[in-house]
Amino acid sequence: MKNFQLKAKILAQTKIKDNYWHCEFSAPQIAKNALPGQFINIRVSANFDPLLRRPISLHGVSAAKVKIVYEVVGKATEILVRKKKGEFLDIIGPLGNGFDLGMQKAEGRRQILVAGGMGVAPLMFLAEKLKVPSLVLIGAKTKKDLLCVQEFKKLGCSVKISTDDGSLGFKGRVTELLRNNLTKSCALYACGLKPMLKVISDIANEYNIPAQVSLEEHMSCGIGACLGCVVKTKEGLKRVCQEGPVFKAQDLIW
Amino acid sequence: MMKPKISVEIGKLKLNNPVMVASGTFGYAEEFKDFMDVKKLGAIVTKTLTLKPRKGNPMPRTCETAAGMLNSIGLENPGLAIFIREKLPFLKKTGVPIIISVASEEKPEEFLELVAQLNIIEEVAAIELNISCPNIQGKESLIAQDPAATYKIVQEVRKITGKTLITKLSPNVTSIGDIAQAAEDAGSDAVALINTLSAMSIDVDKRRPKIAAGIAGLSGPAIRPVAVKMVWEVFNKVKIPIIGMGGIMDTASALEFIIAGASAVSVGTANFINPGVSLEIIAGLKEYLVKNKISDIRELMGALKI
Repeated sequence: MKNFQLKAKILAQTKIKDNYWHCEFSAPQIAKNALPGQFINIRVSANFDPLLRRPISLHGVSAAKVKIVYEVVGKATEILVRKKKGEFLDIIGPLGNGFDLGMQKAEGRRQILVAGGMGVAPLMFLAEKLKVPSLVLIGAKTKKDLLCVQEFKKLGCSVKISTDDGSLGFKGRVTELLRNNLTKSCALYACGLKPMLKVISDIANEYNIPAQVSLEEHMSCGIGACLGCVVKTKEGLKRVCQEGPVFKAQDLIW
Repeated sequence: MMKPKISVEIGKLKLNNPVMVASGTFGYAEEFKDFMDVKKLGAIVTKTLTLKPRKGNPMPRTCETAAGMLNSIGLENPGLAIFIREKLPFLKKTGVPIIISVASEEKPEEFLELVAQLNIIEEVAAIELNISCPNIQGKESLIAQDPAATYKIVQEVRKITGKTLITKLSPNVTSIGDIAQAAEDAGSDAVALINTLSAMSIDVDKRRPKIAAGIAGLSGPAIRPVAVKMVWEVFNKVKIPIIGMGGIMDTASALEFIIAGASAVSVGTANFINPGVSLEIIAGLKEYLVKNKISDIRELMGALKI
């Protein structure tokens, strides 16, 4: 898989709600080659503050455009959110190893997508590419933090929701919601924080369900050089930015 | 128009240009093939190798700091045998001088075995002795913190190889000039400096170090003034060539090192941010020479006016 570094023009920068934003770049080479689960590494400042790029997963591609959804949480995203339509940003992508679309689908299993918080971003891209209507389970802190619900429904997916505070849908963790919705023959795709993905891997192992999980990790380079984002697997340490971010749950050692 | 000469010599090594990439920041070069023509680099210094495969330190291993970053990777590497089998073929194909960085894990004698095996590989252009990695747990002090220990290991390695030998120095010392002197006296062809500065960053909510190993190495533009000063200090102490590094981000910062006395420079952390930056610096150095009517970059080395 070839990667590209380019000065990408911002085509849209729109607020979804609160601190959640949607941004589109013109990046033809990346759009053409991108797979769900892959990410772009964005340099938000030409200065040294922040110094490093920030990896953000692809939310979707269309024609020559790539889309991301992000939450303004720190120094880098506070700069990113101030970038206007028409400005250019230095981005690298499509990086990493995305979801395997073929294997699980071929077995005719029920496709279940499990998103925790911002984990909806790459799973939206995945749902588009899977093309079969999936069951999407979205977990968030409160109903205010829920994203992409309508978009998944538009694709024909059925959506079930959990919130930690019970402000909408099932009250509790999305992993509990998953336990309540397991079917005899299903396949899991998940993205979220590590503790959530660990529980999903446990569930997958317990019921012998194929599962792919997309890990989030701080990265210094994003291109496999620094060895700062490794994860333990049955085949030794792997780089989240290269061999990941998507791994088969069964291959990971938690 | 005048075409300035930018080739330099480091020991027996002839480099087409003085810009190389620093150990640990360029993987084994293959990681960068999509972003630049690696054939145009002055030299490539590999991620440090140990005799046996090494898992490195627990996560988290890196974090960002003000104009810099911390790392404590702990020399994760596949070991010499797997390197030769799986990583060296791509490096050979580049045609660029390959400098292999090596380190010992337990006993300094491991350096001798590593060098003995590398010595018989034709494409290995030079060997860099990493006696200054701050991230090996359990080590009370570094070889590069002791002039006598530095002298001893360099001298022993010198006896078994005719290849260009580069000694990588630590900034975590009282007098880096004394260590450089020891390396020169023992027969090192060049010194490379600086390795990262020993440092710590704390997560105040957790009251824990941000890096799992606790202490880590600081790199990036934050350390450049320290590195430039140390290159100047070493330049005034020894005659062997200096490979200068520490926070080089662009042409101007590379020039600082050359003016302070470096014969060549290594780009490190900047590779993570702008993977093709080394080639931009090569072009920038040429432009600077033309603009200042300097016909040979060697005229700039140590040309600091004081």
